[in-house]
Amino acid sequence: MLEIRWHSRAGQGAVTGAKGLADVVSTTGKHVQAFAFYGSAKRGAAMTAYNRVDDKVVMNHEKFMRPDYVLVIDPALVYVADITANEKDNTIYIVTTHMSTEELIASQPKLAGKKVYTVDCIKIAQETIGKAIPNTPMLGALMKVSDMYDIEFFKESMFKVLKKLPQKIIDANMIAIQRAYDEVK
Amino acid sequence: MADTIELRDIEVWDGNMAASHALRQVQVDVVAAYPITPSTPIVEGYAGFKANGYVDGEFVMTESEHGAMSCCIGAAAAGGRVATATSSQGFALMLETLYSASGMRLPIVLNLVNRAIGAPLNVNGDHSDMYMGRDSGWIQFGAYSPQEAYDLNFIAFKVSEDHDVRLPAIVNQDGFMTSHTAQGVHTLSDEAAFNFVGEYKPMNDMLDLDHPVTHGVQTEEDWHFEHKARQQHALMTAVIPKIEAAFDEFEKLTGRKYNIVESYSMDDAEVAVICMGTSVETAREVAEEMRANGVKAGVVGIRVFRPWPLEQIAAVLKNVKAVGLLDRSSPHGAMGALYNEVAGSLFNTDTKAVLTNYIYGLGGRDLTKAHLVSIFTELKANADAGKPTTPLQQYIGLRGPKLSFF
Repeated sequence: MLEIRWHSRAGQGAVTGAKGLADVVSTTGKHVQAFAFYGSAKRGAAMTAYNRVDDKVVMNHEKFMRPDYVLVIDPALVYVADITANEKDNTIYIVTTHMSTEELIASQPKLAGKKVYTVDCIKIAQETIGKAIPNTPMLGALMKVSDMYDIEFFKESMFKVLKKLPQKIIDANMIAIQRAYDEVK
Repeated sequence: MADTIELRDIEVWDGNMAASHALRQVQVDVVAAYPITPSTPIVEGYAGFKANGYVDGEFVMTESEHGAMSCCIGAAAAGGRVATATSSQGFALMLETLYSASGMRLPIVLNLVNRAIGAPLNVNGDHSDMYMGRDSGWIQFGAYSPQEAYDLNFIAFKVSEDHDVRLPAIVNQDGFMTSHTAQGVHTLSDEAAFNFVGEYKPMNDMLDLDHPVTHGVQTEEDWHFEHKARQQHALMTAVIPKIEAAFDEFEKLTGRKYNIVESYSMDDAEVAVICMGTSVETAREVAEEMRANGVKAGVVGIRVFRPWPLEQIAAVLKNVKAVGLLDRSSPHGAMGALYNEVAGSLFNTDTKAVLTNYIYGLGGRDLTKAHLVSIFTELKANADAGKPTTPLQQYIGLRGPKLSFF
């Protein structure tokens, strides 16, 4: 069982990202689950979304999770949300930030000694998609860090997931995914 | 003629999307709705299908849930295939009309996405609304996952519209835990799905102008009791066999097997929990882990909540020593409904299992695997002692001091 927790603000696309990832993973024969905590669902409110991936049908519906990966797609949540909640010894963090990994850890000491990767998904999204929607680039970074799928296969699969969007937006998403894949450190 | 949609064999859908596609595939004539969280995407999706030419029927936005069900009743009496969706307070506002629908013997399918009932206001999942509809005369199915929310819609139409049944049916799914949780759903083609349910065959329809009928009549002391007795007779005798037949036919079509009462690892179980919704699947996973630790644990899932499967429940619990009844609704001054129903099902049998009641998950409070481990552990102690070792009703997952009664 692979478990992923997303930290996001409502409107940044964590739910879409989690469902998009589930869609791609499902095509490879694995079983998936994607869900979120909504609360009162105000745009901009801190929220979490979740993925489970397993070789057999996912029957666990508890919301409690000890994540293998924590994906933070809003830079400020590192300081205001409990992103290390219920972590394991080997939980891997991928954080959207303009800072380097060293600068990030210096600014948030509770990440010290943990496996932390950084990538500026907000900037990548703004420069490619034209909006601060950091979800698809984060998936590119996850592919690099986790080695879950070959990046070309992943982009091809995401292309199908996004197929209802205008071509221009799909192309921009593909560039964003590749850039985050290349730039995550 | 409505356009068809080519679905993949496995779609990653949440329960709402699954229900929405099921309604599209059976080509409902009239969906009348007043959207409410967390059921909104069902009718939102359906309206989208309608707007994009995938549905031939009508979609009616009403001024309230009371109006939505009233519109469904009118359309069903007129002779159409009819469906809607709601949750929580919306279901509460429908309640008066639910009794009209069942009393008038109108087949209507209601997707009830289970949510807490305020106050305090809460949009998350529990079974308060399902329990509120218990005595309304509707057939009630329970789904544990998006796949089942999809499948049970087809079953619900088939059974509800059967001329020997003619009773409305609710398909329950857990708010958010199913409705907003995306998982793999094995799909039916549009053609196979429609053919399973078949063309709608009206009965006593008001639009059959050659055979005028009256719906919604007044009966006082002279006939009211006989009408209600016939309704009960249909629920108690006609429904279960029709559901079993529909389950068999569905298994032939899809390979997916449903049962009136679902039992998991119950053949040699010493202890068991009985629950509904997503909790059934989580409990199954925990029961397997308990077995690895030497506790003969099993799980019983209620698939058909109404009519209550009294004989099937008694049969599956025959050899069990301790049972935990898990109610996801505040009983407000009584033991939980599942406790009372199961106790009533066992009382005149030779089974003398120790029964205890757990109230959990109100307003979407998480039921964790750790909670279930502690429940199974307590049940094992009850089985060994041959009597309750805990209070009869306990609150699970509550903050603050422990709360229990009796």
